Amino acid sequence: MGKEKLKQHIIKREWCKGCGICVYFCPKNVLEMDEQEKAVAARPEECICCRLCELRCPDLAVEIIAETAKTEISEPSEV
Amino acid sequence: MAIKDYIRERFFPHMWCAGCGHGIVLNGLLRAIDELSMSKNEIVMVSGIGCSSRISGYVDFHTLHTLHGRALAFATGVKMSLPALNVIVPMGDGDALAIGGNHFIHAARRNIDMTAIIMNNRVYGMTGGQYSPLSGYGTRATTSPYLNIDHDFDVAELSKAAGASFVARTTTYHVQQMKDILKAAILHEGFSVVEILSQCPTYFGRKNKQGGPAEMMEWFKNNTTPIGSKAKQENPNLIERGIFVQKEIPEYCSEYEKVIERAKSR
Repeated sequence: MGKEKLKQHIIKREWCKGCGICVYFCPKNVLEMDEQEKAVAARPEECICCRLCELRCPDLAVEIIAETAKTEISEPSEV
Repeated sequence: MAIKDYIRERFFPHMWCAGCGHGIVLNGLLRAIDELSMSKNEIVMVSGIGCSSRISGYVDFHTLHTLHGRALAFATGVKMSLPALNVIVPMGDGDALAIGGNHFIHAARRNIDMTAIIMNNRVYGMTGGQYSPLSGYGTRATTSPYLNIDHDFDVAELSKAAGASFVARTTTYHVQQMKDILKAAILHEGFSVVEILSQCPTYFGRKNKQGGPAEMMEWFKNNTTPIGSKAKQENPNLIERGIFVQKEIPEYCSEYEKVIERAKSR
């Protein structure tokens, strides 16, 4: 299995109550609260798809859509 | 199925406060059920009264929202009439251990096959933040402004002593562990008790100056430890989490089936 790569954060704004749990526990500081106190993915490029925001969201408002990156066998491995 | 297929989306956003741990329990439970690939039609969720018990309204299983503290009694009736069903009984700490204390210990003693989830937020949230039997000595609630003098139950020890054949504890911080424990508890044949420490930022957190929901979850992280860890030996105040008991003993419905057989063969 290849590494997971983020496609999209789906955050249901009408379900989000702005508790800030996802923002507080995100290991990569991807999420933040906007001016309406709703969670938004401000730095999606930093996301490592750990899904802790999705699992800890009390409002079931966060969903991570990821794709499995293809393992490129033909290319020589890095390092 | 995705977890949204297991909920009644028309009732969302749910009625729990912002940051309430009960939503995280719902989240974890749905993921456990999803990973077990269970059909919605084989699950019955029976709940009593309280913030926690509102969970039965949000899941698209067979659901019963019953009397305060009596969820296990109703659940026993459901299970005895149709033992093939998977019965899940989410309760609050007050619902399970104050009002429903007797139902709780006797369901455990009988070892009837169901999963009792105690969503322990240490307070009666729905009625205004009164202290519960799990608030603990020295805590504050709206009814204990000069500190609570009641000692709390240790749910794991109580369940063990009452005879439950599966006893576990986790928290809303430890979401992966919560999902794994719930899966094991649902699969276990017998009375399973899962205590999940859950945060009530509105009452318990505010009255006890524990900060917001994230800080309360941080507290769970810093004040719990896996069962039998070295940290526990060094600091006995840490709360242990994990599976305390998992044993095979005769299950009530299958034993009752044998009674019927014995009576018929006379």
